[in-house]
Amino acid sequence: MNRAETIKYVEDTYIEKRVFPVFKAGDTITVHYKIKEGTKERIQNFQGVVLQRSGKGINQTFTVRKISGNIGVERIFPASSPFIDKIDVNKKGVVRRARIFYLRKLRGKKARIREERV
Amino acid sequence: MTSIYDGNGKNIPCTIIEAGPCIVTQLRTKEHDGYEAIQMAFEDQKEKHTTRAMKGHFAKAGVTPKKVIAEFTRFEADHQKVFGDILRVDIFTEGEFIDVVGTSKGKGFQGVVKRHHFHGVGEATHGQHNRLRAPGSVGASSWPSRVFPGIRMAGRMGGKKVKVINLQVVKIILEKNLVLVKGAVPGANNSYVIIERYL
Repeated sequence: MNRAETIKYVEDTYIEKRVFPVFKAGDTITVHYKIKEGTKERIQNFQGVVLQRSGKGINQTFTVRKISGNIGVERIFPASSPFIDKIDVNKKGVVRRARIFYLRKLRGKKARIREERV
Repeated sequence: MTSIYDGNGKNIPCTIIEAGPCIVTQLRTKEHDGYEAIQMAFEDQKEKHTTRAMKGHFAKAGVTPKKVIAEFTRFEADHQKVFGDILRVDIFTEGEFIDVVGTSKGKGFQGVVKRHHFHGVGEATHGQHNRLRAPGSVGASSWPSRVFPGIRMAGRMGGKKVKVINLQVVKIILEKNLVLVKGAVPGANNSYVIIERYL
């Protein structure tokens, strides 16, 4: 086996394929994330705008940004994490780029994203 | 490298090492060679790329020609290895700690900041303009009138034997002879490494 085949074999065999709804930068999503506290497990929701999807394969991550008490909070989730319970896509946004970091500088009305018309 | 998730859902960076099957091709003995060691070979080589001398060596051990040969001293004291014995990854256990020896990637001719972690000048002010990463003084003047041996200077970096100790074995894949080790190992992709374990 060559290098690519070996890595693919390990990833295919030992990493569970996660299937989530399709979303991209500009969409508003809710990530239901499992949190372990000691022996107990609970689910925390993180709702915000997707800034980017980065990487590929099992190394893919996505960044979600929300405004919490006037402070911007960003969280990076591994897309293949077993801790993600589910992902809801709340809104489909229309943006022109794949990574919308310009959103970080915008506040209030300017930070709105046009919703996709279905 | 890749990464896998452990039982707690933690993402662990892993290096995949193909470890075996390794075949014992020679036993060095105190009487004959002056030291005790086991010689092992790994990975098939085309017969036309093998020298006649090596062909004879492999024929003696009864194996097909191999690419890599390494000798291991300080093997388990009570080993009973003989010609043609095959070692596979099942000699490792998940969770144990191993050392990995490899040849580091060559970095070419590098300055002292990269090669020896000198700090450089630090700032471009106080009259500096072109000596930001210079090594500084290499010794005194009229005595000794020379530079002492061993002063760290710029030069070739990398391409040397490096051992990384205490890497954890994350997973063993018996059917493909793969060992997943937590963290990085020395060397480029597809290079050969030696795995050591001290009991």
